[in-house]
Amino acid sequence: MVHTFSCLYKDFAIDVESGSCFEIDSLTKALIEQKNSLDIGDFLASYAKAQIDEAKLEIDEFIKRGSLFSESNFNFESTPIDQVKALCVNISHKCNLACSYCFAGGGDYHSKETTSKNMSLATAKACIDFLIKNSGNRYNLEIDFFGGEPLLNYQTIKDAVAYGREQEKLYNKNFKFTVTTNALNLTEEMIDYFNKEMHNVVISIDGRENIHNKARPDLKGGVTFSKVVKNALVLKKKRQTSYYIRGTFTANNLDFSKDVIALADLGFDQISLEPVVLPDNHPLAIKEEHLPILLNQYEILAAEYQKRKGTDKAFNFFHFNIDLKGGPCLKKRLSGCGVGGEYLCVSVDGSIYPCHRFDGMKEYRMGDIESGIKNKEISYYFQKSNLLTKPHCNNCFAKYFCSGGCNANNLEFGGNINAAHKISCELMKKRIECAIALKVICS
Amino acid sequence: MKHIKKAIETVINNDRHSGCGECQTSCQSACKTSCTVGNQECLKEIRINNKEIKQD
Ligand code: SF4
Ligand code: SF4
Repeated sequence: MVHTFSCLYKDFAIDVESGSCFEIDSLTKALIEQKNSLDIGDFLASYAKAQIDEAKLEIDEFIKRGSLFSESNFNFESTPIDQVKALCVNISHKCNLACSYCFAGGGDYHSKETTSKNMSLATAKACIDFLIKNSGNRYNLEIDFFGGEPLLNYQTIKDAVAYGREQEKLYNKNFKFTVTTNALNLTEEMIDYFNKEMHNVVISIDGRENIHNKARPDLKGGVTFSKVVKNALVLKKKRQTSYYIRGTFTANNLDFSKDVIALADLGFDQISLEPVVLPDNHPLAIKEEHLPILLNQYEILAAEYQKRKGTDKAFNFFHFNIDLKGGPCLKKRLSGCGVGGEYLCVSVDGSIYPCHRFDGMKEYRMGDIESGIKNKEISYYFQKSNLLTKPHCNNCFAKYFCSGGCNANNLEFGGNINAAHKISCELMKKRIECAIALKVICS
Repeated sequence: MKHIKKAIETVINNDRHSGCGECQTSCQSACKTSCTVGNQECLKEIRINNKEIKQD
């Protein structure tokens, strides 16, 4: 399968099975589309036969090399394994913000029993022990301190990390700790500590001041932008890399490219802005009718990214990061996020869930961090799902970059983990097109 | 070539380094950094490129 598309006023093709990408002229694009059995009308009429033959020869050359119209040539069977490599540790269900789109219900997640609770140090240490014990011979292990607002349980983070550093030496493991914070309470002492211990720090800011303040007020409804940005800029200055400013775009800021640019203009150069995922009846939900605007926004952003590249205003936009020559292995591309298998979430009370999106959903409780996973059926249910079990992904050009979407979204919106979530798919495809275009143009 | 102006040829279907599991988790969730496998690097490849370990 070869997918053709236009981006940044140029034409491109991606050979799905090999992953090879091309910048092509419009004649080649039409010839590839014709080979894909698309009706190209009388497009070729304006070209001389010699020109068409020449373009066809070039296409044939790449076909011979296995880089165009290549076939898939692998066998893959997802055999569930009982090995974990990453934990999302919900260190606090408390929060000091009241974001209008919070997927975690202000920290409650799906259970009132854990509302406004912090994880105890004993449970946090048990997370370290669990991960070491269940990680087989894997060396690199990940723990993401998440919430709620993790900084509201800062001392526990520090104590758990110290414990992790002791244990990793004993068991020949390497913990990569990350923290995701709203930065409202971020102090210089915390920044220095994070610079020493955290592999990555993710800070949530939504972009333009008015957009952020509206979406991310504090508990009394007050504005938070200035304080958060001030703290985040100190972190950026002291840290330089391995941080991310992540934001959310909603129906309120469909022109989200402006928010990315606003963040870049504030001096941040590692940026990621994500579509909100909310039920259709929520006033901030992104709906199918928003798609044309949003897809165009990616294009605008790609143009700005390209314009600023190599200047002191350049920024790195996460969705445009793509490694066309290397990238992850095939197994990873087919199996994706590892929800319920190699990636799990631990709630404040020590309950284990397939990932943070399931925290508090009793029917998905897999066990607890002290006694381990009891309900393996849930784990196997998720682990059996992969790119090949998702029929809608079969003919999608983005499949080896997307790996079949977010199972939590698929479940919430499509009713099962193998169903498609159309809005996510369309945004995913566009961001991958832009990423490919930027990469090929800059190659 | 005149019509195919630029090419990045690769082989995605390459299971040479399949499944060592050392690379970063890729959660696509909007509440994280929406990292897909497409945004990922292979840790083993990085090490190979840095000549830290030998290519198997
Ligand atoms: S974009 Fe949608 S159809 Fe394509 S691989 Fe991802 S989930 Fe599947
Ligand atoms: S199911 Fe979705 S939210 Fe959960 S780990 Fe996978 S990509 Fe992330």
